[in-house]
Amino acid sequence: MTYLSKSPWLLHYNASSCNGCDIEILACLTPMYDVERFGIINTGNPKHADIFVVTGSINEENKDVLVNLYEQIPDPKVVVAIGICAASGGVFRECYNVMGGIDKLIPVDVYVPGCAARPESIIDGIVKSLGILEEKRTAMVKGIPVKPEMNTAVREAGTE
Amino acid sequence: MSIIYALLFLLLAPVAGGLIAGIDRRITARMQGRVGPPILQAFYDLGKLFEKEKVVVTNSQNFYVLCYLVFIALSGALFFGGGDILLVIFAFTLAHVFLVLGAYASNSPYSHVGAERELIQLMACEPIIILAAVGMYMVTKSFYVADIAASNIPLIVFLPGLFAGFLYILTMKLRKSPFDLSTSHHAHQELVKGVTTEFSGPTLGCIEIAHWYEAIFLLGFVYLFFSWSPVIAVIAIIIIYVFEILIDNTFARVKWPLALKSSWLVTAVLGILNLAALYIIGGFLK
Amino acid sequence: MDLLFFLILFPFIAAIVLLIIKSDNVRGAVVGVSALLIAAVSVWLLAAYATSGTVFFPVSPEPMGEMMFLIGMGIALFILYMGVRYKNYIAIALTIIQSALMVYFEFGISHGVVPENNFFVDQFTIIMALIIGVIGSLICVYAVSYMKDFHKHHPELKDRRRTFFFIMFIFLTAMFGLVFANNLAWLFFFWEITTLSSFLLIGYTQTDEAMKNSFLALNMNLLGGLAFAGALIWLASTGGGMELDKLIATGGIIALVPAVLISFAGITKSAQFPFSSWLVGAMIAPTPVSALLHSSTMVKAGVYVMVRFAPVLQGTTPGYMIALVGGFTFLLASAIAISQSNAKKVLAYSTIANLGLIVACAGIGTYEAIWAAILLIVFHAVSKSLLFLCVGTVEHQIGSRDIEDMNGLITRMPKVAVMMLIGMAGMFLAPFGMLISKWAAIRAFIDAPYGVIFVVILAFGSALTVFFWAKWMGRLISVPPPAEDAERRVSPTEWLVLSFLAGLMVLTTVLFPLISSYLVEPWLLTIYGHVTLLAQENVVIMLIMLFLLMVLPISMLYYRKDHRQVKPYMGGMTTTSRMHFTGSIGIDREVTLGNYYLESYFGEQKMSKIGIPLCVVLLAIMFAGVAVAGLMH
Repeated sequence: MTYLSKSPWLLHYNASSCNGCDIEILACLTPMYDVERFGIINTGNPKHADIFVVTGSINEENKDVLVNLYEQIPDPKVVVAIGICAASGGVFRECYNVMGGIDKLIPVDVYVPGCAARPESIIDGIVKSLGILEEKRTAMVKGIPVKPEMNTAVREAGTE
Repeated sequence: MSIIYALLFLLLAPVAGGLIAGIDRRITARMQGRVGPPILQAFYDLGKLFEKEKVVVTNSQNFYVLCYLVFIALSGALFFGGGDILLVIFAFTLAHVFLVLGAYASNSPYSHVGAERELIQLMACEPIIILAAVGMYMVTKSFYVADIAASNIPLIVFLPGLFAGFLYILTMKLRKSPFDLSTSHHAHQELVKGVTTEFSGPTLGCIEIAHWYEAIFLLGFVYLFFSWSPVIAVIAIIIIYVFEILIDNTFARVKWPLALKSSWLVTAVLGILNLAALYIIGGFLK
Repeated sequence: MDLLFFLILFPFIAAIVLLIIKSDNVRGAVVGVSALLIAAVSVWLLAAYATSGTVFFPVSPEPMGEMMFLIGMGIALFILYMGVRYKNYIAIALTIIQSALMVYFEFGISHGVVPENNFFVDQFTIIMALIIGVIGSLICVYAVSYMKDFHKHHPELKDRRRTFFFIMFIFLTAMFGLVFANNLAWLFFFWEITTLSSFLLIGYTQTDEAMKNSFLALNMNLLGGLAFAGALIWLASTGGGMELDKLIATGGIIALVPAVLISFAGITKSAQFPFSSWLVGAMIAPTPVSALLHSSTMVKAGVYVMVRFAPVLQGTTPGYMIALVGGFTFLLASAIAISQSNAKKVLAYSTIANLGLIVACAGIGTYEAIWAAILLIVFHAVSKSLLFLCVGTVEHQIGSRDIEDMNGLITRMPKVAVMMLIGMAGMFLAPFGMLISKWAAIRAFIDAPYGVIFVVILAFGSALTVFFWAKWMGRLISVPPPAEDAERRVSPTEWLVLSFLAGLMVLTTVLFPLISSYLVEPWLLTIYGHVTLLAQENVVIMLIMLFLLMVLPISMLYYRKDHRQVKPYMGGMTTTSRMHFTGSIGIDREVTLGNYYLESYFGEQKMSKIGIPLCVVLLAIMFAGVAVAGLMH
């Protein structure tokens, strides 16, 4: 047991979401759900974050930003894809300007489906990610690389 | 004896500071109708930060933060060791300059803005802290914290203006709204994180510890105003801290010109009136 | 005695030699050897007279007095010639009035007064002599390679280096004469030479702007000189005597009138409001000149005489007015420094501000205030010379003296940047010198009557000081994208001087308790009969802080390894290694950061508009006060 799971700080990034999932994430911070009970804080800064929470699918405009933010988060870190768009592209999957789910660019640890994802399931997903965070921490201490190699082939395909 | 107090400060201040931070967050949550985190949350956060990877923009930034921590701890230790209060204030300023330099070092836009604002805050706070120390000297005839604390004179009666001025800037120093310009504990989305933007993991943890030291030191400064009666002093500190939390939760952040102008105005009016009154009273007593 | 004559005459001889020599190498050698000799003799002076208290040297005034008068008239003729040539009628008028006063003094009234002890040495003189001898001559050494570069950078200017070094050494002669003179008429002679030398040095490049600024400096200093001449006439006509020590011992109105007049001269010379513009204008001169004017000579001459007269000023209305002029100058000049991005201007305003603090201490005149004033003089001389010379070196290497262009100097010129940081820390941070002195000044002010005003001024002023220094430091240490190493081209002489001064900076901080207890305190004891004692434990704490500052950089070795480097957070934007990013509609943009200058709050014009009328009124009250006192007498 480490302190990581008691103090997960989030970085929330809206890739190209319709704001539906984002409003539900913010709902988690309200007195109704109050995720600060679990020590969860919404930071605006990747350098302080442990959990990367992404909504929406990726496209030409935001793919670099997503990778940039992911790389700036110090290890150990986990990625939670919120909503069906982040998971697979959702209803926009076949659009000419959408590349698909965020796992085409960065490794995703937890998928929270829904359109929009409900606050309960978001909290559930984040709690689930805490276990993975712990595992990554253990791996990091042992010296095993925690970061699976990014799917470079997919990235290149996306940039074409 | 003084060394024991200084050592006690070095050992216990982080504990007390962390607890206060935890209680602060709990009270804040209650004020907002939430349950809030555990009281020990601040320590969990700190523990977490030290478990993270060391990520830097430039290696030198960690050096400045280390200096910040060391000199904050030193100024607090000097204060609780009963040292010369002016020297304490100078060491305190030195520490903050190091924090600002750390923020500048990373050449990052967000921390740069934070650094400039932190400097403006430093400029806003400095005069009243010095004047408060001078006021204490004029009443107790000593610059030594030990003598001021041991004095039987109720300083607050003689220094109400300086105390009010000090409270005004205490909001800045505790990084509370409306003066949490350079970095804050809430309003996280705004300006990203100001001075602390580019610090992460253990380095951020060091800043957090330094902040706890700082909070205890500042509350110690408040104590001096009430030191003739320790019971009243503790009650006063509690009331003042809760008051700061209330202010924090009821005010929006102001722009820096207002922060600077208002704090200087408060210092100039209340500080000078108070000192002038003391001077005249001193003249009569002679 | 021989040491005194050596220090006064040797720079003069060196000056003449330098006027003749044409070869660069020989000039370098002569400057180096002379500087070494002057510095060594200054230290020798310390060894010889440190413990002997005040020693007087009776010199027959006969041939020397007349010689000085003749030289003085020669100077007046020269200034008249310059005034006519550049059509500066104010200078002509001031010179004519002053010459008339001096002729009246020499032939009309001075014959009854025959001062005996024309030269003297005491601990304060030794401190001043060390500042002039060590720092002044180091600046001359630095100037050798600087001026060579200077003319390489400015081929359009006429190479007048022979005159340049001639005047630099004349300046040293005059300064030594000024601090050793006990005869006020002689002191005035040396005083006028410094005025003339600074005029010539500021106008070195002979461009229109340089000539304009040099005449500004000349006129303001001539105005001060007029007041000084007035003081001499008062002394001769009231029978006050010309000897400085006796005059101060006498005190009373006889001494107060000349003290105020000479302090007015000191205010012009040390560039207090409303006379601050000449020192800012003097920035036009090559950097070694600025360094010399700001750190060890010229402006220090002004505060030197004021500190000398402090016991007379203590507790008088004119004394308070002088102190207020100093105090407000400190406050407003510090504020102006915030709004400046030109490094030399920031340094200039910081000099004016710190001199203001010294003037405030001198006007208060209590023994505690004087203790602070002397330490301020010492520490300011060391840090300012270091900073000016660093800025000079940087300017030649990066081609700009703008603070914004010094971004990331720590990677481009690491050694110079570290020295600059030491110099700046010396100006405002604990535990370095200037802060110790400010601390002492706070204590001195509280205990002085009506001192609360000065405490408030100091509290606000030092807050302003922190702002402008810290943001400059921030520019230097921010680590930007890699750039070329600009440090390799710095000449070895410049390195030598800079490292020596940086070392001296740290050394004075370590040794200040010794300076205080062996030089300043005994001197105060003879003048006031009291001394301030520094609390032992505070000294120890200061030394602990200094030690920590020296040890903590070792942690850099630890931080160098095991850290993943990432780019600064740019809101998710990807930046290149040179901090370029793709902006909207695909435009390539570079990240540039700039400091706050708060122009609308602390602008030069705005502050001067407050400062100049305010200080003019204060000076008017000062003169009114002394006139009333004089009439009642």
